[in-house]
Amino acid sequence: MRGARAGDRLLHLYTWLIIVWLSSPIAVMILFGFNDKQSKSNTTWQGFTLRWYAELFDISDLTVALYNSLVIALVSTVITVVIGTMLGLALGRHRFRGQGATNFLVFAAISTPELVMGASLLSLFVSGNVPRDANTIIISHVLFSLSFVVVTVRARVVTLDPSLEEAARDLGATAWGTFRQVTLPAILPGVLAGGMLAFALSIDDYVVTSFVNGSTVTFPLWIVGAVKTGIPPQVNVMGTLIFCIGVLIAVGNAVAARRRS
Amino acid sequence: MNPFMRGMTQPRTRRDVFRLAGFSAAGLALAACGVQGQKAAPPKADAVADYWAKQKKNGKVVFANWPEYMPEDKGPLEKFKQDTGIAYEYKEVIQENAEFFGKADPVLRAGQSLGYDIVVMTNGIQLQHMIELGYAVPLDHAKLPNFQANAGQKYKERSYDPGNKYTVPYTSGVTGIAYNTKYVKDEITSIESLFDPKYKGRVGMMADAQEIANFGMIALGIDPEKSTEADWNKAGEKLKAQRDAGIVRKYYDQSYIDAVSKGDVWLTMAWSGDVFQRQLAGEPVKFVVPAEGGTIWTDNMLIPKGAANPVDALMLMDYLYQPAVAAELDEYIQYVTPVPAVQDLLREKARTAKGEDKKALEDMVDSALMFPSEADYAKLRNYTQLTTQQEQVFNPIFQSITQA
Amino acid sequence: MRRLTPYLLALPSWMWLAIFLVVPMVAMASVSLQTGNAIDGFAMTFSFSNYADAIGRYSTQLVRSLLYGGLATVAMLVIGYPVAYFIAFKAGARKSTYLFLLLLPFFVSFVLRTISWNFLLSDNGILFGTLKGWGLLPADFHVLATTFAVVGGLTYNFLPFMILPIYVALERVDPRVVEAAQDLYATRAAAFRRVVLPLSLPGVFAGVLMTFVPATADPINAAILGGTSNTMIGNIIQTEYLTNLDYPTASALSFTLMAVLLVGIFIYARALGTENVLEAAAR
Repeated sequence: MRGARAGDRLLHLYTWLIIVWLSSPIAVMILFGFNDKQSKSNTTWQGFTLRWYAELFDISDLTVALYNSLVIALVSTVITVVIGTMLGLALGRHRFRGQGATNFLVFAAISTPELVMGASLLSLFVSGNVPRDANTIIISHVLFSLSFVVVTVRARVVTLDPSLEEAARDLGATAWGTFRQVTLPAILPGVLAGGMLAFALSIDDYVVTSFVNGSTVTFPLWIVGAVKTGIPPQVNVMGTLIFCIGVLIAVGNAVAARRRS
Repeated sequence: MNPFMRGMTQPRTRRDVFRLAGFSAAGLALAACGVQGQKAAPPKADAVADYWAKQKKNGKVVFANWPEYMPEDKGPLEKFKQDTGIAYEYKEVIQENAEFFGKADPVLRAGQSLGYDIVVMTNGIQLQHMIELGYAVPLDHAKLPNFQANAGQKYKERSYDPGNKYTVPYTSGVTGIAYNTKYVKDEITSIESLFDPKYKGRVGMMADAQEIANFGMIALGIDPEKSTEADWNKAGEKLKAQRDAGIVRKYYDQSYIDAVSKGDVWLTMAWSGDVFQRQLAGEPVKFVVPAEGGTIWTDNMLIPKGAANPVDALMLMDYLYQPAVAAELDEYIQYVTPVPAVQDLLREKARTAKGEDKKALEDMVDSALMFPSEADYAKLRNYTQLTTQQEQVFNPIFQSITQA
Repeated sequence: MRRLTPYLLALPSWMWLAIFLVVPMVAMASVSLQTGNAIDGFAMTFSFSNYADAIGRYSTQLVRSLLYGGLATVAMLVIGYPVAYFIAFKAGARKSTYLFLLLLPFFVSFVLRTISWNFLLSDNGILFGTLKGWGLLPADFHVLATTFAVVGGLTYNFLPFMILPIYVALERVDPRVVEAAQDLYATRAAAFRRVVLPLSLPGVFAGVLMTFVPATADPINAAILGGTSNTMIGNIIQTEYLTNLDYPTASALSFTLMAVLLVGIFIYARALGTENVLEAAAR
């Protein structure tokens, strides 16, 4: 038994090590948000300052890009979650014609390299005379996030006990009522996980967006443009703030979990 | 992973096959015609005059440019707005000529507008394509008095756009060698230093085919503008030997400047303005135009086809040729301005400035990087001029080295 | 009405996938069989030789990409499995917190992360500069511009996509099954090997699927962290598409890449044993 507990502790330590490793470039990013740099490049430490936090929105293009990214991520996540959950339910619950083809399509969407997806979407939009802007970006983000949500929700749906829903219907609930009060709460973890993944994928996307963005600039696109000439500390600050909000949510979640148990 | 496996192992029903086929037919119909070529004949003079006669000032202009080519407070553009009442939209959306052209081509080919009134492109293959394909609007020089009055003579005689029919220069730059003085103790003067085994694994070269080809040819004493296929092959062999000997660490896009500043590479092909900016910031980098020669390139303003506000675009292009405005622009960009009068203006400003500003301005005025002398110009070469057919021979020679 | 339910539920996603995935793909397949250039135009000539030419020219980069992708996937499996195991079995109520912490760095743009790595791994920077100063590393030691940096970058960037599906599969394993095995005198190692591991295979498969594909096709890590001999097929496709405007070659390469990936996944699925996968997931 002692061996077992030592093994557990090792595993615990290992997991934290991995989390730290994954976060280490974040540490650098946060640090250089405080760099009192004088020149255009932000690569050598020149002193501590808080001024970038005050001047956060000084670069209007950058602020617009961040705003675009957030809006696009939000809208595409909502769309993806809605239609992806629907498909996940259909695939996990029912047997229907075209199931095989649908599975294949979902598989194809995941296995298409981003470069290929972006290029083919651009050709489509151009042939169809569709102007490239935030809408086309949203369309493409839904496309590549869809499979992730479908897979996650479906995995959750197959674990559900159908007798619960049957019971609800026997008690006179409508189809929508059954869904809202029995099914949805049961699949909610899967839906939320899929949604989180979709949001992260969208806000971080570079390759596909670079093909279909037209003249709309998103946060990653702006950063790549600025990489070659020196990224301003405002970018670091924005990244830091996004990270901190995430940490707060995680901590909040942990506290809530502890209260629940 | 069940859904996927099921999808791949279940036999498809006929309906599924038809469904897929139906959509595919639509796709095939879309693409079956292929993409139409569009080489345009240069428009006739009266057609040009007619076009401009129909255009009016709209009060708005959309300017697409490279990053770091406009002061953060957009001073020149703000003054433009005050003087002319024209509102501007400034977008830093151009990072690479090829990538920009690749995205613009399908749009312009389909007859749609890019949404920009002015775009800035470097002289080279892509700019040539823009002109060849009729994507650039011929300029009305009657509306460019400041350009006529203030542009340096060299900038009115560009071989890639004789008579400045379609473009006027925005800024020029020089490709030479940058080196980190912390690690390189010798004074670098020759292009052969880039090929020196002494610096094995510490040399950076540019990934762009035209840039690296130029250096390969200059090192062999060939003038790129007069080069032939045989010359390209010779240059290719020299560059391949450099690669095989392990001398090159990496083929860079513009990220070479961080690498050489940090000391990850010790010598690299570099653009003058990048190095100058780092020097001003106190980093240990030096720039030199090799004795055998370097490359001079120009970023040019042009009006893309389908621009909504061409007259306003012309007015902005011309406004930037006023010496005071050009001086403000160049003080920030720190590349080579097409308006020679700027040097004197900056000298004046340096006289009345104080402290750090004074030193910075003086450095600029004296810098051969920003104001090359005649001797410097004599050493500088342009990119190779290529037809579309030649491009298809030229690119693989050098890409097979940078992308092996 | 009940019968129509699945069709109605699936309809929006179908339309989305059909219009934005299938149609462009078919169009691209058509382009891959054309000849010409961007200036003079392309014409449909059914030139299947485009594929042969493209593969011939770039076989090195293609194989290299599969190699890097494979190495990165194996690394992610080895590194990520224990983490998934820990969170599924040992983390108790704090499961979602750990998952969130794992995903958190990926809310910050990958460009920022890769640049930060570029900075951290600098030859004479914070990490190596210090070690070199203490004499622990030779002066010309470098990680950037090597294969190790590229594979490392791929491993780093796609790790959560390996951990999450494995976690989901492990989480559904009833701990009582493991207890039962141990009651039957299995050691912890044997219980793991013969009970938990097979049950987690659907998750492993999903993880491999979601990491091997993007890792092999990725152009970014090779571009930022690589040296002269690390060019991957993603970079080539990007160049052909955006710089050379050689759409037929770019399309042919794209399809070749996708075909190779699909074949690889199929073989892997077979090797895992289709029955296992179906059986485990059907519970």
